[in-house]
Amino acid sequence: MSTATVESDRPSVGEFFLRAPAVGPALALVVAVVVFSLSTDTFLNLDNISLVVQQSLVIGTLALGQTLIILTAGIDLANAASMVLATLIMAKLLAGGVSGIFALLLGIVATVLVSGVVGSLVTKVKLPPFIVTLGALTMLTAAGRLFAGGEAVPVADGLLNWLGTRRYLFGGIEITYGMTLALIMYLVMWYALTRTAWGKHVYAVGNAPESARLSGIKVNRTVLSVYLVAGVIFGIAAWQALGRVPNADPNAYQLGNLDSITAVVLGGTSLFGGRGSVLGTMMGALIVAVLRSGLTQLGVDALYQDVATGALVIAAVAVDRLARRQR
Amino acid sequence: MRKILTAGLAVAVLVSAGGCTVERHWGGNTNSGGGGGKAKVGLVTKTDTNPYFVELRAAASAAAQANGADFSALAGQFDGDNDGQVRAIENLMQQGATTILITPSSSTGVLDAIDRARKSGVLVIALDTATEPAEAVDATFATDNFAAGQQQGAYVKAALGGAQPKLFMVDGTAGSTVDTQRHTGFLSGIGLADGAPEIKGATPANGDQSTAQQGVENLLQRTTDINAVYTMNEPMGRGTYAALKARGLTGQIVMGSIDGGCEGVQNVRDGQYAATVMQFPKKMAEQGVLAAVEYAKTGKKPTGFNNTGSVVITNKPMPGVESRNTDWGLQNCWGEK
Repeated sequence: MSTATVESDRPSVGEFFLRAPAVGPALALVVAVVVFSLSTDTFLNLDNISLVVQQSLVIGTLALGQTLIILTAGIDLANAASMVLATLIMAKLLAGGVSGIFALLLGIVATVLVSGVVGSLVTKVKLPPFIVTLGALTMLTAAGRLFAGGEAVPVADGLLNWLGTRRYLFGGIEITYGMTLALIMYLVMWYALTRTAWGKHVYAVGNAPESARLSGIKVNRTVLSVYLVAGVIFGIAAWQALGRVPNADPNAYQLGNLDSITAVVLGGTSLFGGRGSVLGTMMGALIVAVLRSGLTQLGVDALYQDVATGALVIAAVAVDRLARRQR
Repeated sequence: MRKILTAGLAVAVLVSAGGCTVERHWGGNTNSGGGGGKAKVGLVTKTDTNPYFVELRAAASAAAQANGADFSALAGQFDGDNDGQVRAIENLMQQGATTILITPSSSTGVLDAIDRARKSGVLVIALDTATEPAEAVDATFATDNFAAGQQQGAYVKAALGGAQPKLFMVDGTAGSTVDTQRHTGFLSGIGLADGAPEIKGATPANGDQSTAQQGVENLLQRTTDINAVYTMNEPMGRGTYAALKARGLTGQIVMGSIDGGCEGVQNVRDGQYAATVMQFPKKMAEQGVLAAVEYAKTGKKPTGFNNTGSVVITNKPMPGVESRNTDWGLQNCWGEK
């Protein structure tokens, strides 16, 4: 291949990644899976693949809501804290004799309320999302600890633990309801973002709010709706969390907000808004889980795993920047 | 595209309906012990950076090597990272561990995963922190934290020499099991009840030196009329000392701590606080590994709570309180000397 060909290829590669932002992450995921399958004899088996997916579910769900917010050029640092508060609300209500279904619904109401307040402050008072959610993070963390009296509350309830229930398909493929629900949520959000007017408005608002407004899109209403939808998703993340670890702990998921941003960024969604996809985020969440699992099985120290994940995040943002520059 | 979506949803529904599925116990390893096989020991600590857990890991690794067992160590990312510990348990099972040694982040947080491991034939031993209920694991090798707190309380009481205690309590993470046990143990040892007027102030400091310093600085704004301080671990003891020293109060106060890290013993020797209560992570790790090796060989499982002991370290021994001096302490401490 001559240098000239490579030169002329470059813009089209950039264009390619711009049009299909989930392709890069999907490639990275495939490469990681292949590498770990070849380098260990424990990585590539059905049990382990199922495990990796289960291990990515809570962060994957948080990241789904985070993607919506980042698409509007916002960010949510409080999503995990809001989720943890919801798990505590569910657990406490249950311990107080409330039925599982009401506990679940009230937990989700709580995350929707939190996201609603955040969204209102962002749209009505025009505060930067970073600052609003930073404040919310601190308040929600404290609220969770106050509410639980600092204690972890075990949760034993069929419905609240339901998403962690394990079933086996065709004898050997391990599936949890949490995996199924996450898949459905991702497909629904993918459909909503790519096939509905609302989805187009979300991208438009993130890309160029002023042009969106001039073309008749109700910018504030769209952004607020994104926060509310994300609130529902964070509530479901709390449900996922109780399926995975049937114990509401005010000290849990302290890095959940950053982990969800990591998944979004690795998934190719631009932190500057307006570009990206939830399918990319799904890949991003899986990349993190695959890296953790594979590197663990290779015996790599957890701290080096963090170094690798961090480097990938920086590389992903660099790719985003370069792709934008070439447009 | 609509077709893809429909197909996807159909797959999802099929998967969740999952009609004729079979429940079975999960796990890469189904061979229980007793086969005379090689022990594969996995250790899961709360974090992998705290010197205490570093010592625990090093001791377990050395014991495994000495006894011909395979060893791997995983950890949560922060204290309270239940999800990370569950992940670690799952990954160890995936790798075919025969025994999992775990210092649970929360005494209830990882019970579900432990249960799955035990059901698939893995021996699970809690190190350092007991689970609730204790029977959730096969056996526990740990410091009796209530007793350790009690020893500290008894020492402080004796050192006050009959004076009425005027006490500050620097606690760990509110609600954590170890924190609660040490706290109530201390009060029992010094002979006070929670909420007694002798307690002039309390602050939770999450085991952290700078948080403790800040917390005690704030308490000292309220009153400096104190003569005794409880600290839940040694880093918080150091933070407390800094706050007291800035106010010139160190001379009038008897302060005790718990841990027995080498830095802590050195603090006692330097006079920063009067006494510390040493615990023995190395013993916990070694006994855990030996039990794992025994299990792989004979299938015999350890049971119950096994106290690895705690010893008061001070250079100012008090009558009626058994203690060792800091020379002994420096020989038996854990962490960097």
